Amino acid sequence: MTTKNPEYDFAWCPGCGDFGVRRAIEWAVERRMDTLGEVIENTVVVAGIGCSGNMVHLLEGPQPFGIHGIHGRTLPMAFGIKGSRPDLNVLIAAGDGDFLSIGGEHIAPQAQRNLNVTAVIMDNGVYGLTKGQSSPTTALEVITPTTPYGKMEGALNPLDLYLTLGATYVASGISSKPRDLANLIYDAMNHSGFSMVHVQSPCTTYNDTFEALKGNPRKGIQPLAWNVPDDHDTSDKAAAVELVRSYGVPVGLLYQDPDSVALDERYAQIMSKQRTRTAQDLVDSFAFAVQ
Amino acid sequence: MQQDKDFIVRFAGEGGQGMVTAADSLAQSAAQVGYFIQTYSTFPSQIVGGPTWAQIRISNKPVLSSGDQLDALIAFNREAYDTHADAVRDGGVIIYNSEEFELEDDGRSFGMRFDELGKSTGNPRAANMVVLGAIAHLVSWPQQYLNDFVVRRFTRGRPNDEEIIKANIEALGLGRDGAATTSFDLGELPSIEKPDWDQVLVNGNQAIALGAMAAGVDTFVGYPISPATTILVFMEQNLTGEDKFVYQASSEIESINAIAGAGFAGKKAMTSTAGPGLSLMSEGVGMAWMMEIPLVIVDVQRGGPATGLPTKTEQSDFQIALHPAHGDASLPVIAPGTVEECFTAGAVSLNWAERYQGPVILLSEHMLSERSQNIPTPDVAGVVDERRQVYRGDNGYLRYESSTLSPMPVPGGPGSYVANASEHDPMGDTTHRPDRHIHMTERRFSKLALLNDGTYEEELANEPIVIMPWGGSKGPAREAYDELLAQGIQYGWYYTMYLHPLPDALLASLKQKELVIVPELNYLGQFASYLRSLGVRAEAITQYSGLPFGVRDLIVRIPELAASMKQGVVKS
Ligand SMILES: Cc1ncc(C[n+]2csc(CCOP(=O)(O)OP(=O)(O)O)c2C)c(N)n1
Ligand code: SF4
Ligand SMILES: [Mg+2]
Repeated sequence: MTTKNPEYDFAWCPGCGDFGVRRAIEWAVERRMDTLGEVIENTVVVAGIGCSGNMVHLLEGPQPFGIHGIHGRTLPMAFGIKGSRPDLNVLIAAGDGDFLSIGGEHIAPQAQRNLNVTAVIMDNGVYGLTKGQSSPTTALEVITPTTPYGKMEGALNPLDLYLTLGATYVASGISSKPRDLANLIYDAMNHSGFSMVHVQSPCTTYNDTFEALKGNPRKGIQPLAWNVPDDHDTSDKAAAVELVRSYGVPVGLLYQDPDSVALDERYAQIMSKQRTRTAQDLVDSFAFAVQ
Repeated sequence: MQQDKDFIVRFAGEGGQGMVTAADSLAQSAAQVGYFIQTYSTFPSQIVGGPTWAQIRISNKPVLSSGDQLDALIAFNREAYDTHADAVRDGGVIIYNSEEFELEDDGRSFGMRFDELGKSTGNPRAANMVVLGAIAHLVSWPQQYLNDFVVRRFTRGRPNDEEIIKANIEALGLGRDGAATTSFDLGELPSIEKPDWDQVLVNGNQAIALGAMAAGVDTFVGYPISPATTILVFMEQNLTGEDKFVYQASSEIESINAIAGAGFAGKKAMTSTAGPGLSLMSEGVGMAWMMEIPLVIVDVQRGGPATGLPTKTEQSDFQIALHPAHGDASLPVIAPGTVEECFTAGAVSLNWAERYQGPVILLSEHMLSERSQNIPTPDVAGVVDERRQVYRGDNGYLRYESSTLSPMPVPGGPGSYVANASEHDPMGDTTHRPDRHIHMTERRFSKLALLNDGTYEEELANEPIVIMPWGGSKGPAREAYDELLAQGIQYGWYYTMYLHPLPDALLASLKQKELVIVPELNYLGQFASYLRSLGVRAEAITQYSGLPFGVRDLIVRIPELAASMKQGVVKS
């Protein structure tokens, strides 16, 4: 909406990874409209607070519905939207701080419910919007404004966390490969269940990890990012756990539960067997006759 | 013997001794023959045991409060006797469980062996019936009332129905005979004119839930907390049917954000909680105000702050209900004062939220949640299911352009926009422009004017000094008011459950008064101070014991406050 909108005054820094993620989301949503014939108004983008959350204002092309709520609460809002309106396609766009730190408490319950939404988590290993403080994915001993003597906790492994908590679709992407990322997001939206697409989306201003991810042979830097091998069995959770615990950042689809039953499916199945109770029925159930 | 209009009995003992069942049985049997009844019970926080009591008031007129002058106390153990004996009025009677303890003859107590007598009928659970039989004797209640009740209650189509009915009726007789060996007598309950309207027997929480159902609530998400849990449980059980969604959340933060999501997605959405949960919801409520999303939060108040007194009553959440969030926001607040009003509030709160497109607080309290009462059957068909204005035009719509309420797009339909918790421009994108913040702030507040249809009570409007209670203090305040009138001490009477925004005409009248006396259950005098901020000369009568007001106290404190104000001394 930016091109049309002179009042909106936020912009990503040049080279920010979130540009690539935006392209990927646009492609994935457009492909969904083409293949499923779904109108764009059927998609709701629920954004977190952070540079990354500005995604919801910066998407170009056909405009979905959007929510730019409060810090860390994308999942609970998505839960209310999808629970009450299973016909909608709900896509979360959040940062590592938003999703894993302040919002971390919401991952376990939604994974357990197998809430049928897709979350795209833009991980830059830093709090971008608040200017560079440490985040859950910042590595041990890194110096930031809030860890002036070095970070005292090691980095969280988000992929391991999602798998452990029971997410039924777990993929890892990288913002510099938006085509591949678009495919992962598209597949995640088609997966019926709790879908995590965790994206390395470097912050060029406070934590530029492009080189570390891609590697640089001339400087002798080994790439942190590597492709999930073709022969990886994506229905094998133990194998996925092994991959994400091995080294660096595996990129690609790690796990998809072939037997996933999403909350909306289970809810409809159980509740369709229940009798509809009208307000009148209920009031009458408290009635008594005066003798 | 005094001229009793009604009869108040309290059952006190240890959790698990059947206090609540006894009170309920008495209540149902009285209601079934046409009396007006109200029960009130308090529970200890522990699950098993602990001191508990349940009280019932039976009257031939509608009952306003649970009453504080006991005609009879049934003490199941020594502690219960020690705690509650003082509440018995002069001329009242105490029946105690003499299997547990003995008392010297004090001219107002007698012992009975409830359990032993109960068990002698062959039904180990008939002790309650022994007690009820004894009470029936004291108020000269026809044996038939209770017998009929037992037959109805235990006719359940099971093979042993008859056996159980026989044992219970025998137990009633044993109780009656036991009491008859004493010379105690509480007079007769005045006869009744049977109400010619249909009735339901419900408590405040059930009434709120029924009101919400009648107004078409679609989505309910809540987290268990006393004294609000029973609303969640009711919804889990009953909010079935197509397009309905009900779920137990993992926290109140999840509840508020989930119903905000549902409200955004076009649904009539509600949650219920108590003070600690409302505190956690704070940021989410501000978000709903900012985004202009309809939703309702039911806060069933308990003693606070923090974890406070989970099972006691207090009216100390008024200020947080009015201002639950940081920043410039003040929420509509509806605080029912009776079980009947709980039904209305359940419905109107949802309709208000839809109408002004924002969050509404329904402020109830423990006192109402645990109060069962027979009320005229609520008119479900008469409840309006009001829905927001939905935008149905073309794309490219600017939801937030106008300076007041505008139709709201619903996902799946046209007019996509961003619901933004940051200050936003007409399309919902973030902005920091001063003119926009002014415009949007004024827009949000302007919508409160759409909620000016609140009703209120007004009596003796020419009096310069008036009483204006709110919420559950209405009942005791009204009884005190009536009693003072009978004594020739006259004040005006004002009452509304629509605390914010106050009905315009009501506020105009209040501003004319020399003194508005507000009995309220908190230390700060929260509602009185709100009235003062609106230009009303209001003073609070406060109480913060975890208990409802006693009518006797108010009869003393109201004239005291009125007199001290006349002398220019503020005392509260
Ligand atoms: C309740 C609350 N606490 C703190 C903030 C301040 N805040 C805004 S964004 C942010 C961190 C964002 O980090 P991340 O989610 O990683 O997003 P990024 O900017 O890196 O994309 C914080 C702490 C806030 N808006 N709300
Ligand atoms: S601060 Fe970092 S994350 Fe934020 S826009 Fe700039 S580069 Fe991107
Ligand atoms: Mg970040």
